[in-house]
Amino acid sequence: MKNNRREFIKTLGLTGIGLSIGIDGFSNNIGLKKLTPATLALEINPFIIIENTGKITLVNSRPDMGQGSTQAVPSLLAEELEVSLDQVSIIQSDGRSKYGSQQSGGSSSVRGLWMPLRQAGAAAKEMLIKAAAEKWGVNAVDCYAERGKIFLKGSQKSVTYGEVADLASTYEVPKNPKLKDPKDFKILGKYNPRLDVPDRVTGKAIYGIDAEIPGMVFAKVVHSPRIHDTISSIDDAAARKVAGVLDVIKIERAMPHTKVDAVAVIAQNQWAALKGAKALTVNWKSESGKYLNQNTSEYFDAAYAAAKKPGIRAEEKGDFDAHFESATQKLEAVYETPFLAHAAIESENATVHVKDDGSVEVWAPIQGPDGALSQVAQYLGVSEEKVKINVTLLGGSFGRKAYMDFLNEACDISRKIKKPVKVLWTKEDDIAQGPYRPAMLSRMKGVLENGRAKAFHHQAIGESIAGQVFNGLRPNTADDWLSGELSQENHQYAFEVNKVSYSRVKTSIPVVWWRSVYASNFGWGQECFIDEMAHEAKKDPLEFRLGLLKNAPRFTKVLNLLAEKADYKTPLPAGKAKGIAVFRSFDSISAACVFVSKTNSGIKIDKVVSVIDCGMFVNPDNVKAQTEGNIVMGIQAATKGGITFENNQCVQSNYHDYQVLRNSEIPKMEIHIVENYEKPGGVGEPGLPPIAPALGNAIFNLTGKRERKLPLGV
Amino acid sequence: MAIFNLNINNKVYKITAEADMPLVWAIRDLANLKGTKFGCGMAQCGACTVHLDGQPVRSCQMPLSAISKKAKITTIEGISEPKLHAVQKAWIEEQVPQCGYCQSGQIMSAVALLKTNKNPNDEEILAAMEGNLCRCGTYQRINTAIKNASKML
Repeated sequence: MKNNRREFIKTLGLTGIGLSIGIDGFSNNIGLKKLTPATLALEINPFIIIENTGKITLVNSRPDMGQGSTQAVPSLLAEELEVSLDQVSIIQSDGRSKYGSQQSGGSSSVRGLWMPLRQAGAAAKEMLIKAAAEKWGVNAVDCYAERGKIFLKGSQKSVTYGEVADLASTYEVPKNPKLKDPKDFKILGKYNPRLDVPDRVTGKAIYGIDAEIPGMVFAKVVHSPRIHDTISSIDDAAARKVAGVLDVIKIERAMPHTKVDAVAVIAQNQWAALKGAKALTVNWKSESGKYLNQNTSEYFDAAYAAAKKPGIRAEEKGDFDAHFESATQKLEAVYETPFLAHAAIESENATVHVKDDGSVEVWAPIQGPDGALSQVAQYLGVSEEKVKINVTLLGGSFGRKAYMDFLNEACDISRKIKKPVKVLWTKEDDIAQGPYRPAMLSRMKGVLENGRAKAFHHQAIGESIAGQVFNGLRPNTADDWLSGELSQENHQYAFEVNKVSYSRVKTSIPVVWWRSVYASNFGWGQECFIDEMAHEAKKDPLEFRLGLLKNAPRFTKVLNLLAEKADYKTPLPAGKAKGIAVFRSFDSISAACVFVSKTNSGIKIDKVVSVIDCGMFVNPDNVKAQTEGNIVMGIQAATKGGITFENNQCVQSNYHDYQVLRNSEIPKMEIHIVENYEKPGGVGEPGLPPIAPALGNAIFNLTGKRERKLPLGV
Repeated sequence: MAIFNLNINNKVYKITAEADMPLVWAIRDLANLKGTKFGCGMAQCGACTVHLDGQPVRSCQMPLSAISKKAKITTIEGISEPKLHAVQKAWIEEQVPQCGYCQSGQIMSAVALLKTNKNPNDEEILAAMEGNLCRCGTYQRINTAIKNASKML
């Protein structure tokens, strides 16, 4: 136990522990536990560590891929603890279960940790106040906490948290600490510069690619161009002659659902590994039996065939088909979205050391250290206690680095060569190997009655992420993640008859979540079709939506604010037009108004006004930054070419043929936040889904031509 | 293998490497200056941008053999000392970075622009920054920060 404690203290760089507060599970009824020297080896959640030297350390449990969790997560603790972030050290959690779920994803960090981490902060504050009161022989109610100190009201007396931390640690942790009224927040909801920014502009920030371990070698993994092929032979004579190349070995790329052959070129430096890989000849044996709709044309053929048949019903209010059959005013359309790569500038990489004593250490830019911990332990067949995960910053991710095949590759190589190794994918691997956002179709049907939308059916068609990646979709069931996003409860449109159905189209092209997941696909069909219905009903698209959202005050407020900020009611001159869309995802509602104009060189996007209601938030500037990012990525998704597969392999290979937006291609952007005291919603993703449909609607309003297939010609 | 005496940030690094090794790997792996990032490896993204005698270059496309003995290489670390460059200050003020991975390259391009053009207009900024990709989408803030930096110079 003593050894464990020493190890723990060494890990955190702590000198002596006074008080440490954690939380036990993340249910609403959490049990708070404290971490004292006597209980250091227990499985508890030390989110707040106050040393008797005065040093305060807060733990960020959600890896930072640019979404701002380094600031947002500790801010929840700091608000209630009454410290400011410039007074504390922030460390990243290591995946141990005591920190609860540590996956950055699903825009979940702030909304998931909002209550438990505030409670952890408040509990620690109560204990520190109680300790100061005892020390002074006064009542706790006469003391208050501010900026890391306890003060006695009406006197000059004060004491730092460090000075009373030892005494505080002898108390029971309060079960229901009093939380601040949001109106009294000093940090949450206020602009505060992100303290991690300076290191990101001086080159000091450490990303996965920067990991540097003594004795480390470098590997370039050569992957199968058709993903699933096996190796028939390797000619490595030329590769081994490259100066700096140490070895060429056969390895595996272990994806969550399948393992495929690969070859690793191992070298003294990264360049030698890349050069060695270019000199390598691998003869791949075609495994055509494993290809399933592995050409995008086959996949879409299967999807359009599925669109002609009924899907699996996910939810239905009323009898949609009966209404549609008998209706006199009805419309239907099929919308298409392509496969997309994440294409973060930092490609996939991981540094792993499988040590002689059977322990394993990992340094990697990953979205979930807890997932990495269990994955590595399972993959290498060691206990989780033997695995140490060091999460670096992520140079972008957008969902990709939650799929940790690259980490398994580094594990496989290190165990085979018995050295620490850094695996770095190239941009070509990143673009051509997947996983991708699945391409999807939306088959939309609508019924109008007396100019009113009466019945609505969204049939979602395509590969299921749960089904492929986790083998977690039973036959003849709808992917509930997908159907949840399309549910009437989510979109709130008051159709009398509403139906959601799903048709799975399998593919062996690897898929995974991509920023805003299915909302990025289905926002397109849903919100364009709403405009189609409005047009058919001869109603203004905004008025048409407001008419359907009379009982959805938050949606109404978002749309009204958008109309005001975008000056919606003012007609635009000839050659210019605008379009709107609204979509709720990750518990936040976002709407956009896109302005377009006709130019000699085609249609140009002039401006995007975006409104987001994400409930309470941490930093308004970060909400704006994330929404700006969502607009830029949303325009890319709507206007640039997607990923295509021909001859069972990816056609695109790098940024020249898989294009992301460049600086000159962005429109003017304006972001407005609805301020309220609603429960926090997501911020990192919800701004994206309305962008494509608002643009599609703007183009229709400009040209009179309804586009239903992405990418759009802009 | 050959020996190269690379002047990086006014310090000479004696580097033993193959002559075709791109400068980015010499900077990162041999001089151990990790602020310069590797992105696409084909001069499409600009993450590896450094200055060669004051000019922005994509160091992933610059073999060591092409660098003259007198050449002065400047990386992000070189403009951060002894105090932050106006461009970096403007970047912090505007809270430009999200993930920040591309920002070393963005900043090196911006510094090079402002060296030759103290007061660039919108078109000149776009022309200078077109080769630097940001997947997080921080472009609007980048452009604002460049204008703010030009006022500080």
